[in-house]
Amino acid sequence: MSILFVLVPLSLALVVFAGWAFFWAVGAGQFDDLDSPGWEILRDEEPHDDREKRIADGG
Amino acid sequence: MNVGLGIPDAGLGSKGGAWLCSMASTDLPNPDSQARACFHCGEPLLNSKLLARIDGCEEPVCCAGCLAVAELIAGIGFSEYYLYRDAPNAKPDAAALTEDAWAAYASPEVSDDFVRRRGDLAQTTFLVDGLRCSACSWLIDKVLRTQPGVRDVSVNAATARAHIEWDHGRLTLADVMRTIAQLGYRPHPLTSASIAKTHQHERRSALKRLLVASFGMMQVMMFAASIYAAQLSGEAMDPQILQFFRIFSLLVATPVMFYAGAPFLLGAWNSVRAHSVGMDSPVSLALVLAYSASVWNALVGRGEVYFDSVTMFIFFLTLSRFIAMSVRHRTAGVTDALARQLPAVAHRVGASRTEDVPLAALKRGDIVLVRPGEAIPVDGELIEGPASIDESMLTGESLPASRGKGERAAAGTLNLAAPFRMRVTAIGASTVLSHIAALLQRAQAQKPAISCAADRAAARFLIWVLVGAAVVCAVWLAIDPARAFEATLAVLVVACPCAFAIAMPAALSAATAQLAQRGALVTRPDALQALAKVDCIVFDKTGTLTRGQIQVERCTPSANMDVARCLAIAAALEQSSEHPLARAFAAFDAGLDVHSVRTVAGCGVEGVLGGRRHRVGSPDFVADLRGEASSTAPPSEAHGTIVYLGDETRELARFELRDKVRENAAVAVSALAALDVAPRILSGDDRGAVEAVAIHCGISERLARRSPQEKLAHLRELQQSGRRVAMVGDGVNDAPVLGAANVSIAMGRGAALAQATSDIVLVGENLETLPQAIALARRTLAIARQNLVWSTVYNFGSLPLAALGYVPPWLAALGMSLSSAAVVLNSMRLLPKRSAAERRLHAEARRAQERTGGAIATTVTKTLPPERNPISQSSRLAS
Repeated sequence: MSILFVLVPLSLALVVFAGWAFFWAVGAGQFDDLDSPGWEILRDEEPHDDREKRIADGG
Repeated sequence: MNVGLGIPDAGLGSKGGAWLCSMASTDLPNPDSQARACFHCGEPLLNSKLLARIDGCEEPVCCAGCLAVAELIAGIGFSEYYLYRDAPNAKPDAAALTEDAWAAYASPEVSDDFVRRRGDLAQTTFLVDGLRCSACSWLIDKVLRTQPGVRDVSVNAATARAHIEWDHGRLTLADVMRTIAQLGYRPHPLTSASIAKTHQHERRSALKRLLVASFGMMQVMMFAASIYAAQLSGEAMDPQILQFFRIFSLLVATPVMFYAGAPFLLGAWNSVRAHSVGMDSPVSLALVLAYSASVWNALVGRGEVYFDSVTMFIFFLTLSRFIAMSVRHRTAGVTDALARQLPAVAHRVGASRTEDVPLAALKRGDIVLVRPGEAIPVDGELIEGPASIDESMLTGESLPASRGKGERAAAGTLNLAAPFRMRVTAIGASTVLSHIAALLQRAQAQKPAISCAADRAAARFLIWVLVGAAVVCAVWLAIDPARAFEATLAVLVVACPCAFAIAMPAALSAATAQLAQRGALVTRPDALQALAKVDCIVFDKTGTLTRGQIQVERCTPSANMDVARCLAIAAALEQSSEHPLARAFAAFDAGLDVHSVRTVAGCGVEGVLGGRRHRVGSPDFVADLRGEASSTAPPSEAHGTIVYLGDETRELARFELRDKVRENAAVAVSALAALDVAPRILSGDDRGAVEAVAIHCGISERLARRSPQEKLAHLRELQQSGRRVAMVGDGVNDAPVLGAANVSIAMGRGAALAQATSDIVLVGENLETLPQAIALARRTLAIARQNLVWSTVYNFGSLPLAALGYVPPWLAALGMSLSSAAVVLNSMRLLPKRSAAERRLHAEARRAQERTGGAIATTVTKTLPPERNPISQSSRLAS
């Protein structure tokens, strides 16, 4: 059972790492808006130049 | 737009294209009305003949505003927005679409209030009115980014806020606001982003605490489970490993205790310093005792540790507070609501010219010009008249008030007709609006604090537990000192009101989540308890039972005239009028040719049409054209406002205009009656209008023409007679009354202030949510009561056993955890869910309706409860 003395601190280290990653994500604003970003993927992005040109032409 | 449907556009003929276009609007609730609903805002088309060209298809729209917005969106290549949106848009305000509306924001002295500058960069946060779903945020984001000079845009659909950064050398605040307004939304720049910042900070730190508590709980549970398993099977655990587990439990539980649990500990510490007992005090005492005993035991390697109980306790507390906080943030964002009622600029009339100045620059005695459609910036005295003023915000009266020269006008009310000048009599804190705010504060201060009673009960309970533990300790010391500590701890742990403490919050947060899904946001934790006990519900008519939009209810043409022709004539005459009654006719505009139109304030409109002079307006005004005194008395059965149409020889038609009652108001009222909640109307409106609405909805108790003070007094009377009153309101004038009611409910689009002060906000504006919410609140209270009974039985049942030394502390902790789990599981029954069978029935019902237009669907209807059933709802709308 002495493997526990390795595994338990290891699990704790993993938890600390996961906690750090989550803190970073929260701090970076990943959890501020959980609704809007889901829509990003549904958008058919056209090249930026085309769109600017079309607007310049007046639609 | 068809790309989104996965069907190539090019291969289809014009017929196929048109079919696809009409498919794009299937997000409207009632397929029956699709043919007649506006493509953009989803409101009935009536007989508007306007067509918007969207990607080569022609879509019907209801007004010029919708036409402009829809064509703009399509014109710049964002028509796929219509496929993504969840709900039809808000109807754009034609005045907001004109360029001039935002010009004042271009001047630095106005924009400096809202804009923060950093080098070339300017940034502002807007609250965007009409931002309803994620697709809206996508649209605003994309369109703003196409503007040259815009650096960064972030739009948050949940809070309806847009944060925008731009190069202020290339754009002004006015340009940015105009861009948002042209899409049919109304931007309100926020004077300080500090509220949003505070909320963001609060949310982020709460999330971190929640994470620490949940990770910590899982880790500690892992150790605890193995220790308990060994104890249960009677095997001796290797003492080295046992001690190792305990030390690690200590390591994990410590950040949970002092980081995640910090708000509770600090709250308790603050109440200790204030010599009072707060909600956090009993919680913190239990935590501190269990934690310090565990630390001691872990370090000396003897006795029990309760880290599992500590972490779990903190996790559940943090979770319930997090849910409550999220809900509060969603609704309470609008704190400077009062300020937003006022325009940021006023037009000051100087000696040589009229200039736009910020409100703060106005002094008493200044002359101010108020243009049509604008809010009156300060309290003042008219120096020319007459003016037609919408005072619904102050008095609740939906029909405009007429004010003559020398009369007073209040800040925040709207000028509806001609421009007028007025002398400033009061600014800032001395305006009527500020008085209402003060009245509101007073009413709120008198609110009964249910939570205080709960706190006191918990504190008393805990004191008894402490006394009991002390007695047990003393007795055991006398009998067997070796077992005294363990027995005392067992008593403390067993009696720790953990399940008791979460019995209410668990049920309440589950119900809050359920209500949020149905479109009712609970902003105050006490609200559900109060809602369950409500036995009387008071409606303010304007904007709650009705939609707050005046419509033509009935048209009675004279002989040889047909209804459509009369409406078309009236619409042609009224099209240039700003009067709210005139707007009722806008939908019937058939493009008749009319000239020499002149408006006679307070009377009506005159114009030449087909070579003859026509008038629309009051009976005297219309009769005067044919040289008669008004002969026709208004019919006695009429409610609402009567408007006449006539030419030089005779009267052509009589119109009855009325504020339209919400479709499901009558259904909601009868559902309320079924719950033994007595509905009544308490309105500032005219008697006729109130009667009409009351009869339509089947409400027998109604009071008309009440001022805010009278409403407040009436409410107090009801409460003194032992009734528990829910108040449903809309306008700012309701805010003091809302604050004094046992539960206050605001309609989502109502004045922002009412939202900020109300306990519950109906975001869906669906009145049927009300009876559902009351029923749910009652069920919640029943479940909370079960929780309380269960936890009390557990606590008191196990207490004597623990005191007698029959319960080892580990069993006490397990029992406490299980009792908490039982409470949480019981509360989960309140969470929103839909059975698979119900979902399938729903889908079938919708398909059947699409196929047959509703004929077959009746068979499916019967198998579903009415409030969950899309068909019974839409057929009710139709009838």
